[in-house]
Amino acid sequence: MSASDLLTSGPKVLGVGLNGFIKDLQSQNIAALAVDWRPPATTDPHVLAAADHLSNDSVGESVDKANEKAIERMLSADPVLVEVQPAGDLIEGLGKHKILHAGPPLEWQSMCGPMRGAVCGAIVLEGWAKTLEAAEKLAAGGEIEFSPNHHHGAVGPMTGMTTQSMPLMVVENRTYGNRAYCAINEGLGKVMRFGGNDESVIEKLQWLESTLGPLLADTLLACDGVGLKNIIARGLSMGDEMHQRNVACTSLLLRELAPTMARVSEPDTAYEVLKFISGNDQFFLNVAMAMGKAIMDPVRDITNSSIVTAMSRNGTEFGIRVSGCGDEWFTAPVEMPRGLYFPGFSENDANPDMGDSTIVETVGLGGFAMAASPAVAGFVGAGSASDAANYTNQMAEICCTRNPEWTIPALDFAGVPSGIDVRQVVNSGITPTINTGIAHREPGIGQVGAGIVNAPLACFEQACRALDKRLSAV
Amino acid sequence: MSEIINEVRKGFYLDSVALMRLSAEISALGGIFEAVLMTGTPANQQIMKDAGLLNETGAAASANDLVIALRADGTSSANRALAHAQKSLQGKTKNTASADRRYSTLSSASAAAPEMNLALISTPGAYAAREAQLALDHGMNVMIFSDNVSVEKETALKRKARDLDLLVMGPDCGTAYINSVPLAFANAVAKGSTSVIAASGTGLQEFSVLLTQLGAGIRHGIGVGGRDMSDEVGAISTMMAIDLLAADELTDQIVLISKPPGEKTANAVFEKLASCGKPAIACVFGLKEITQTNIQQADTLLAAAEMAAGARLDVPDHPKNAQALVKDMNAKRKILKGLYTGGTLCTEAHLVLRDNNVHVSSNALQSDPSTPHQLIDLGADEYTLGKPHPMLEPAVRTPFLLDELNDPANAVIMLDIVLGYGAHHDPAHEVTQAMQSLQGVTDKPVVIGTVCGTRDDPQNYLQQCEALTQSGVILCSCNSEMAKLGAAILARL
Repeated sequence: MSASDLLTSGPKVLGVGLNGFIKDLQSQNIAALAVDWRPPATTDPHVLAAADHLSNDSVGESVDKANEKAIERMLSADPVLVEVQPAGDLIEGLGKHKILHAGPPLEWQSMCGPMRGAVCGAIVLEGWAKTLEAAEKLAAGGEIEFSPNHHHGAVGPMTGMTTQSMPLMVVENRTYGNRAYCAINEGLGKVMRFGGNDESVIEKLQWLESTLGPLLADTLLACDGVGLKNIIARGLSMGDEMHQRNVACTSLLLRELAPTMARVSEPDTAYEVLKFISGNDQFFLNVAMAMGKAIMDPVRDITNSSIVTAMSRNGTEFGIRVSGCGDEWFTAPVEMPRGLYFPGFSENDANPDMGDSTIVETVGLGGFAMAASPAVAGFVGAGSASDAANYTNQMAEICCTRNPEWTIPALDFAGVPSGIDVRQVVNSGITPTINTGIAHREPGIGQVGAGIVNAPLACFEQACRALDKRLSAV
Repeated sequence: MSEIINEVRKGFYLDSVALMRLSAEISALGGIFEAVLMTGTPANQQIMKDAGLLNETGAAASANDLVIALRADGTSSANRALAHAQKSLQGKTKNTASADRRYSTLSSASAAAPEMNLALISTPGAYAAREAQLALDHGMNVMIFSDNVSVEKETALKRKARDLDLLVMGPDCGTAYINSVPLAFANAVAKGSTSVIAASGTGLQEFSVLLTQLGAGIRHGIGVGGRDMSDEVGAISTMMAIDLLAADELTDQIVLISKPPGEKTANAVFEKLASCGKPAIACVFGLKEITQTNIQQADTLLAAAEMAAGARLDVPDHPKNAQALVKDMNAKRKILKGLYTGGTLCTEAHLVLRDNNVHVSSNALQSDPSTPHQLIDLGADEYTLGKPHPMLEPAVRTPFLLDELNDPANAVIMLDIVLGYGAHHDPAHEVTQAMQSLQGVTDKPVVIGTVCGTRDDPQNYLQQCEALTQSGVILCSCNSEMAKLGAAILARL
């Protein structure tokens, strides 16, 4: 609108700052809208300058263009759950005394309680030590090589333990031919992902390895895999957001698997496995995670793109990766989740945020799809359905687009926000909202609650500066 | 004559009810006999086949694919329908429940409401330039109410805006009227055909209020900011405003209200104004003479308003009351003080006092610091850093006012009370509260005041005046008349 148009047609006013001025105009029936403005959360002028540089003029255009490419790759992904195999067969170099964990790189010395507990349990599971005490000595003595799941095409929930004998589900992105892995969900109660490591935990894992894994593998082989995009689309309209609530998707997956499973196995085994899956509402979470990883991996390393390709936490640090910065991690101390606790527990028992499951938010689900899942909004203390919509709409402010296939009925079928742009995070000060489980801070106790946590702004600030540096170097 | 067209979208899922709705929508398009959108399951393929809608393209689809099948009267209708279907499948980029939506950033709000043509920026100064830049990037004109924006940033923003054919008002633009709509600190004034270019806020407010009292009215009031006519900025917005108003059919005459322009800039501004093709009036505070003879010159805002309206305001002879007001005053009281919330009003008073042989110091103009008489513009940058503007929060003035009321050397205290949109809902209240400290006191200064407002302002004009008068404030009909009364009081001591 040129200046002369303004004088001819009169003002239509967008207010940034004092809302009273806008209310005055509205009281006179003048078109006026107040931005819900707050000072940028970022106070470092270098970061703001980097965000401005990346947003404006020709540099801004080249970033926008790169992001379009990134979004196109995200939206054209075709993830299919195809098989199950032992981790050692899928991941090169994953052998004795090597453990993959959630989040950015981490050594034993910096690990939180549940992470250490899980590491000890994994060592006993693999038979590298007979007792948990011996396992701890082994790990503390530097005998175990640690590496992030994300460096090996894999993801894992909470502690995210991946060792050679564990069966991993494989999701293939048929558009780009890449594959991603995630362990099988252990169910509720005492579980390794929350740092559990006693005999019952080990026995459950052994059963997954001996019984569920092989049968799931046979089933998937016989039915030529299960397409996941459609399951997600339907799950969203059935009240799942695929992080804290997976009951619909688990049921949909079960429906796809059950007939073939009945055909390829002994009835008793099929009964055992189907009963386990149907008794575990979160079974699908690990499938969604492998899917997220399979969708985002082809988006890595697009020159100039400011799209977040991974968000992940190791219980100590939160890390993100950004497409235009390749495999570099931008990390900051992880925050404490806010939420509701199981009886007998409180925030004093809570461990800081943990897990690779934030890959789900990275593709636009979880906290980004809260509007689809008012039940979860209640869990995180928000309560009403309109609060749930607010979470999703706020996430849209930091995302490039909305996914046309993954729509939310309650938002008039608007899609989930997709493609987190680090520029928009820094400019708005809005950080990604993540739906998460809460682990006990002591190893071996397990889950004590669930809630939400925000990704630390500092990760996005660093990423902005790093990307700006890369663009300025050209 | 009909044609069957199938198109397949690989791996695309949409709820079947949504697909049926979309099918009906596509079928209703011109030239389409029948259309259906379905996933490519064997059962669905059979339905499409039975309906005579399936060809080999659709038959090759898998259960995870979406088939768009239609029968049309020709290729062009079919293509139109396919394009329509594909666009609908792209989905909504935003949801429609916008009434409840809140937008955290200028960018998201502007994307949701692209019709907005003016960004009114009133953030703390440190953030204002960044938001203004964003607004320009989104193609909006900008009014920067915020102060404490550097002159370098101001110049850069205005140059950029000029290149984009956009207007920047401000920074420190407290008041504007666009198409007679009052923006920020502005009064409910009459509509008219006089347009104003003003350096800052209260000068434009006082002028437009007086013009309304004179029975005329305002078309546009473009605030350019106090530094626009400095040599650093080079009057970028002023020059644009002259061009805009000269081209505006509903503007009959142009009034310029400002401090003296920079030496290098003055001539260009006055030349442009003189040759703009419309009658021009200039009220340039502290400038003795403008060489361009076809610009009418006014010393005060009242004089400018009277020239614009072609009428005289019926003003009581305030100075005549001076004698009565000082009759019982303690002889030790000799000093004049002024506590202003409006910067231009402070400047105007400073000059009117000087013309009446009272030399004051003030932060509004270069002045003689040795004189005991003093005016303070409490809305100036140095008083508002980290604090609200005194027109928003009149309590900011109260501690200063209490000090002056109780200073035994003060003979007369001058106050402005500014009403209108944006201003505090009851600015008289703080003054009347402070005036209570003089209750029952015999040895006290004379407090004189002026209310800048109209009867249509959101505050009740008459009630405000009544409350002030009741509390002992002597009200004058405008700011320059108050300054004349102040000078007259000093002259009779």
